[in-house]
Amino acid sequence: MIKALITVHYKQGILDPQGKAVQHALKSLSVDGVSEARVGKHIVLTFPDLPRKEADAQTRKACEKILSNPVIEDFEYELVEAES
Amino acid sequence: MKFGIVVFPGSNCDHDVYHAVSHVSGETAVFLWHKDHDLEGVDAVILPGGFSYGDYLRAGAIARFSPLMNEVVDFAGQGGLVLGICNGFQVLTEVGLLPGALIPNTTMKFECKTVTLRVESTETPYTAAYTGGQVIRMPIAHGEGRYYAEEKTLDLLEEENRVIFRYVNAAGKPTAAANPNGSLRNIAGICNAERNVLGLMPHPERAVETILGLTDGLGVFQSMIQERMTV
Repeated sequence: MIKALITVHYKQGILDPQGKAVQHALKSLSVDGVSEARVGKHIVLTFPDLPRKEADAQTRKACEKILSNPVIEDFEYELVEAES
Repeated sequence: MKFGIVVFPGSNCDHDVYHAVSHVSGETAVFLWHKDHDLEGVDAVILPGGFSYGDYLRAGAIARFSPLMNEVVDFAGQGGLVLGICNGFQVLTEVGLLPGALIPNTTMKFECKTVTLRVESTETPYTAAYTGGQVIRMPIAHGEGRYYAEEKTLDLLEEENRVIFRYVNAAGKPTAAANPNGSLRNIAGICNAERNVLGLMPHPERAVETILGLTDGLGVFQSMIQERMTV
């Protein structure tokens, strides 16, 4: 089966207040060298039966139609073979 | 006048809107279930506040695919009045009837308080009962109310006089301190190019009676009723 590992995040330039809060927390924990933290979403779709090409098309459709809002977000994904 | 109030799973201001248009304003109102395909001949549609589908994915992202939204989009396309309040505004941007998006407040908090607004344009069916530049007060209650759009969209909205409500201070000035959620250009409400679709984050339906402490929201419903009478 194929799993689509999808990441959705705010476009660069859009203030991500959650990322800012995380960045401040990292600083207070002495995690050094971080210039920016941005928080996104991770979505996994499982395709038990579809061939890779079709799974790719369906994943793209899902990302464009509902999983991301093109006004504010970008998405990227990767298809991986999985046992279960 | 017959108002239709769309009920999504998670809507929680539907009865407040019903109270405002029915008991307070004396008009007819019906609830429209999101799974139906019938607007029941209403003169105006209101998408109420709440947390449709638990705000999963993004506020309004799933509600916008509700069956009834097809009819709402057609109704708006024919010039019908469609008002989105709070979550309703989020649904209207997700479905593309209004530009831009509403994203988490810069404060990272759910903001629940009374805000001061300036009526930027009375040239809509929702604001004709106000005076231009009138400073009014209404409650807000949202976690994702920060209005965002690209610069060119913001410029177009300003140029076409489509920013209808803006967060201001008591003196009527749009300051950073008066902006509760980080909305770009202090935008609290906008309309479409045809001016028949309006979305706003504040809750006019919670400001319609002296007993509620505020009455400034009445103008929105009075404007809609006046508009209907002059058609």
